[in-house]
Amino acid sequence: MFLPSRANLFSCTLPLLSLLFCASTFAVFAAEEVNVYSYRKPELIQPMFDEFTTDTGITVNVVFAKKGMLEKLKSEGVNSPADLVLTVDIGRLSDIKNAGLIQRVESEIINSNIPSNMRDTDNQWFGITSRARIIVVSKDRIKDGTVTSYEDLADPKLKGLVCTRSGKHAYMVALTASMIVHEGIEGAEQWLADLKDNLARSPEGNDRGQVKAIREGVCDIAVINHYYMYQMISDPEQKLWADAVKVIFPNQKDRGTHMNVSGMAMTKHAPNRENALLLMEFLSSDAAQGMYAQLNGEYTVKPGIPLADAVIAWGEFKQDTVDLTAIAANRAEASKMADRVAYDD
Amino acid sequence: MIGSSNSASFSSGIGPWRAGTGFVVLVTTLPVLAIVWLAFFPTENIWPHLVQTSLPRYVSNTIILMLGVGVSVFLTGVSTAYLVSNYSFPLQKYFEWLLLLPLAVPAYVIAYLYTDLLEYAGPVQQALRSMFGWELARDYWFPNIRSMGGAIMLMGLVLYPYVYLMARASFLEQSPHLYDVSRLMGKSRLKTFLFVSLPIARPAIAVGVALALMETMNDFGTVDFFAVHTLTAGLFDVWLNMNNLGGAAQIALTMLSFVLILLGLEYVGRRRAGFYQKSGRFSKKEKIKLSGGWKWAAFLVCFLPVFAGFIIPTSMLIEYSIRYFEQSWTPQFRTYVFNSLSVSLAAAAICSIVAITISYTRRLENKRWIRTGSKIASLGYAVPGAVLAVGVVIPLANFDNLIDGIFRQNFGFSTGLIFSGTTFALIITYVIRFLAISIGNVESSFSKVSPSIDMASRTLGHPPFRSLRLFQLPLIKGGVFTAALIVFVDCMKELPATLLLRPFNFDTLATHVYLFASDEMIERSALGALVIVISGLIPVVVLSKTISYSQTLTRPESATQTDSIN
Repeated sequence: MFLPSRANLFSCTLPLLSLLFCASTFAVFAAEEVNVYSYRKPELIQPMFDEFTTDTGITVNVVFAKKGMLEKLKSEGVNSPADLVLTVDIGRLSDIKNAGLIQRVESEIINSNIPSNMRDTDNQWFGITSRARIIVVSKDRIKDGTVTSYEDLADPKLKGLVCTRSGKHAYMVALTASMIVHEGIEGAEQWLADLKDNLARSPEGNDRGQVKAIREGVCDIAVINHYYMYQMISDPEQKLWADAVKVIFPNQKDRGTHMNVSGMAMTKHAPNRENALLLMEFLSSDAAQGMYAQLNGEYTVKPGIPLADAVIAWGEFKQDTVDLTAIAANRAEASKMADRVAYDD
Repeated sequence: MIGSSNSASFSSGIGPWRAGTGFVVLVTTLPVLAIVWLAFFPTENIWPHLVQTSLPRYVSNTIILMLGVGVSVFLTGVSTAYLVSNYSFPLQKYFEWLLLLPLAVPAYVIAYLYTDLLEYAGPVQQALRSMFGWELARDYWFPNIRSMGGAIMLMGLVLYPYVYLMARASFLEQSPHLYDVSRLMGKSRLKTFLFVSLPIARPAIAVGVALALMETMNDFGTVDFFAVHTLTAGLFDVWLNMNNLGGAAQIALTMLSFVLILLGLEYVGRRRAGFYQKSGRFSKKEKIKLSGGWKWAAFLVCFLPVFAGFIIPTSMLIEYSIRYFEQSWTPQFRTYVFNSLSVSLAAAAICSIVAITISYTRRLENKRWIRTGSKIASLGYAVPGAVLAVGVVIPLANFDNLIDGIFRQNFGFSTGLIFSGTTFALIITYVIRFLAISIGNVESSFSKVSPSIDMASRTLGHPPFRSLRLFQLPLIKGGVFTAALIVFVDCMKELPATLLLRPFNFDTLATHVYLFASDEMIERSALGALVIVISGLIPVVVLSKTISYSQTLTRPESATQTDSIN
């Protein structure tokens, strides 16, 4: 008769054990909690969640992923455990809204904290923080006044001096989309093609990598999100890179600097609606907004929150107040434009 | 008449195997079917734009990368495997398993590490600058590691063990008589290698190269970091920037057709090799002693891949781990280790069982649907992880919602997301993703077992399961074990599907490493990467033990018996 050998026993029990192991993860769903699907890196939001838990006793469960979150949310449908979605850009917010995956939220607290240009017209999504897409230039090698606007980056006299990350990255795509909104498709495409001609190297690396490239003499000018400067200053190694450049807020004489938002939205079938609302209100509050400003160096959507010292030192600047949804709507076009001018080649 | 009555008695007891295989093929096919389904609903037709702009570049980059990696893994894997299995030279005994080690280093990790090493701010260029008095990067030329060449080199370094593993097993199993005959007939060593050993090993080598190339095809982390724009890059661009999942699915299917070609090549390679071993595995071959310059040349050929693919990255990881140990060694970290180990072990075990089921059913009755099914079940390996994850979550979540609907309607309570919201989703995705490895290995092991063994066993009245347990399993267990180990190591490294499908607050070592590595701060999570590498070492060492052990064994009873039945 068939007697299971040790190897057979092993191979039989393992799947069973793994099933038990699966079941044990159900334990998460208990007590007072709120579930977050996050496009944002956990370390940038965990301090705020910890603070929220201390205040309210509500546990915040997080899963972080960049690709496929929308599809996951969609497939899970009414049974989705997610209450809240956090994103790093306007693009993703408008995608989930267009897919009908989030709901309208009416809260006096949120409405009074977040100005109307920083939230969705239907109050489906809300900005939490905003970031400036700034230009940084080498302190030693670029004279003051050489670059003052995004348009200047495309000036042929800067040939071989400019570094950016991939033209396909969400932040670059949003900048190109804003050029489309302001200058039309043709104007924007000319700009992008000229900018491509000025690149010192094929785009590679992240925003910090571009600053590093200036420090190393690969290029003299780069486009980055402002808070990377702030984060680099507090890292002993990266401070050297940051010290090699100075910050320029582009287009101060006309429309202002291109801004993007990180944001939040409540899912359509949020199982913990009350708790999700509490968390959203908290994230727009003085306490959380202050943490975003001090820990991450971001600009707050709520006015009057003290910013980080280094950020204050860069001074006040004029922000581009163009409708964020218009930028989101031009994303696909901007991405194709990067293909057409072969930006990443 | 005789033939038909024979087949009737032969097919008794096959029913459960058919059913099992059918079920498995169905489940593993679902994600690919989901992707096919998605491909019918693009938000717009993406091809005119792509063909006019980036597609030629995506395709040519993909082909260059695959050719480059293919040549690299073939040369490295075959040459090292041949050397260590036929010759004796300094450290040859150790190289047998040392050569496997780079397999444990995830491609994205080695990419970050080599960038640290070779970039402007890295120690190599620093030394050059201080030696020659250069200052800025524009003062001198240095090859950019973040390039096509760099990607080919680094992926070749961590993927060649697939070829090495298969080729070595095959070289060891070759009867020494063939070699002796060839030499006696006056053929040189080189000619013997080229015209005797290599052709016999071809099916195994083809499996290894196909696996390495599929891994190359689905890689995103490395090519993204190195700014090499392959079809995968195009896929994610269409999906995420143009918000066109259907268009992305179409690109995924285009990539799958590349893979079908690969699988076809592998099949052709295997079909033409119609010879069986009955006991070759256990015959011991005398190694030829190399002398003088040859000795050291052989040493170098084996040392370089180990040095560049394992010693350099691991020593960097160790150095970083020590520097950041206090920040890294936390209670959460130990949970990540546990999570990684348990899901990977479970997936490896299930993969083996599934692969045996499919391959054995195919052996019982070599029907077309089973052959096709096993090919389709292998496709998951070539799909980029994030796409496969979406392919899994769509049917799984819908199935969950169906069950939930039934329970809500009939019993008044909700079951929620039983499968898609738990580690079940993760494990099943790993299984679908890495089944190709198990099937490839197990089928190749089965193909070496003479069909006369099955016939004899069935003639003696053993039903399929007992026949498998008594006769085939002991003969193929090496292959099964090898496959399970590779799957385990691959699961430990898997990232994109893990990110999307894990339950709340569930991190593995790979996701932990990714958080820092994606910010180009791999040193902060070096300990995690190091543990991935070390956990990959354990199976590698175990594996090498079993390989050399089986070599020194005299022929076991069962093998002798099956021989005499013949």
